[in-house]
Amino acid sequence: MSLMQVENITMNFDGLRAVQNFNLDLQEGELIGLIGPNGAGKTTVFNILTGVYIPSQGTVTFAGENITKHAPWQINRSGIARTFQNIRLFDNMTVLDNIKVAMNYQMKYKMFSAVLRTPKYRQEESMVLKESLEMLQLFNLVEKYNFLAKNLSYGEQRRLEIARALTTKPRLLLLDEPAAGMNAKESEELMHLISWIHKKFNLTILLIEHHMPVVMGICQRIKVLDFGQTIAEGTPDEIKNNPKVIEAYLGEEVDH
Amino acid sequence: MKIIKSIAFWTVILALGILVEMLGRFEYINPYVIQVLELIGINIILVSSLNIINGFLGEFAIGHAGFMATGAYLSAICTVKFHMPFALGFLAAGLLSGLIAYLIGVPAFKTFGDYLAVITLGFNMIIVNLLNNLEYVGAARGMVGLPKSTNFIWVFCATILTLIIFRNIIFSNYGRIWTAIRENTLAAEMMGINVVRSKMVAFAIAGCFAGLAGALWGHMLQYINPSSFTYLKSTDMLTMLYLGGVGSLTGSVLGAVLMTGLLEILRDLGVWRMVIGPVILVLIMLTKPLGLFGSRELKIVQPKSDREEVQKYVSHAGRKHNNEL
Repeated sequence: MSLMQVENITMNFDGLRAVQNFNLDLQEGELIGLIGPNGAGKTTVFNILTGVYIPSQGTVTFAGENITKHAPWQINRSGIARTFQNIRLFDNMTVLDNIKVAMNYQMKYKMFSAVLRTPKYRQEESMVLKESLEMLQLFNLVEKYNFLAKNLSYGEQRRLEIARALTTKPRLLLLDEPAAGMNAKESEELMHLISWIHKKFNLTILLIEHHMPVVMGICQRIKVLDFGQTIAEGTPDEIKNNPKVIEAYLGEEVDH
Repeated sequence: MKIIKSIAFWTVILALGILVEMLGRFEYINPYVIQVLELIGINIILVSSLNIINGFLGEFAIGHAGFMATGAYLSAICTVKFHMPFALGFLAAGLLSGLIAYLIGVPAFKTFGDYLAVITLGFNMIIVNLLNNLEYVGAARGMVGLPKSTNFIWVFCATILTLIIFRNIIFSNYGRIWTAIRENTLAAEMMGINVVRSKMVAFAIAGCFAGLAGALWGHMLQYINPSSFTYLKSTDMLTMLYLGGVGSLTGSVLGAVLMTGLLEILRDLGVWRMVIGPVILVLIMLTKPLGLFGSRELKIVQPKSDREEVQKYVSHAGRKHNNEL
């Protein structure tokens, strides 16, 4: 079943065409990679899909609903979560509170209940606490529940960011260069983590990545962007041998 | 057992308040000292409400005296012009100031960046100029003959209640949302948080309590005039806030107590008092940018039940490692 259709998206920034005629059809349960050299427009695509930018042209449809002009918070509530290229945690909040924030709209109590600590408040808070701890447990972060997010190691911060995104119960998860700044061993662990959550949470995942081994290892389908245009699309093996892709990444071959 | 303990605790606190009030009435305590204590209470309400915006929400509002002015004037109109009981004027002051704050939030939070500082300062000036020219409320002469309705026990209860309400809100979903917005607005929005709406709610609450404090203040001095509510008053509040600690209720209390006390002790210095405040502010910014308490809280402020529950869970499940990862 098709989960998301992106049709003919174009994004102009004062004359700079960051993305041009981008199309994407995501099937439920897919794990797709979006690659391309620096400045190719990958993050711009993510920002359009999550409502940070409204595209100059084109539409984004998610689960049958046109979300092109929705605000990020509305988009999150309709079932899309993302992580960021430069980790964006709530640095001065505890690990536990980072997760609790992600459950904010599952809590229905009003301010009145919060002030009086009514049974409804207590019940919802304890439900949230329990679910948050379970989520931390899954990501092996529970022992650090009381650490400030900024005091975690880099790898743990990445894990927490993914855990936090998953806590909003998305159907589609967008990961923006999760392996950025990681060494070979760490990115291998990350690969493992991504394919694990893909199965465990029964998710659709769209992944931006620079590390070729990560993308080639786990993605079912890959899309390559260069200068805002889609230059190739296919399985990892097809992409690996596509001359256009090699050219975009390594430069043109020169005959002597 | 727990309930009995907390009832006993609050009874003792209330008894202390009544004791001070009684000692004041029979003049065992100097009326001047009582008034300073009342002033401290009012300042605690002002600073902690400002802390919601500047500390927890992470915005920068510098016109808090404007809300205090609307509260003081509205309650004074209620009691002086319409002879209503003070309690009614007090509530009306809170409601109106909260409403005004909410309405100011509409233009202020549609934009982004540092516009809030400019808009709140502008609002503060507009209110003062309006009052200066409104003959109905005495223009620049101000209003006189407010009933002496504010007594120690009023301020005492209002302060304690304010702190309890703020503490409960801050440790709830609402407070977490505000802090998340402060820490990273974009990430907060991607967590499904309607940022503009949350900010406006925070702003309305802060304005409401500033209005309540204004009502108490007016009926303590029995005389109000527009020049008491200029941006200098707002600056006083900022000084107390940044002295105590941004993002900490404990800090707000500490800042209000220290600064109010200090200004009273230095009363003999006359105009030089005006220098002391700003100098302190500069020194704090240089040495402790987050204030004496930073964003930490005393342990009694933090909800206890949470800590116990987490501890139980962690000690029970903490050693189970997820090996699938």
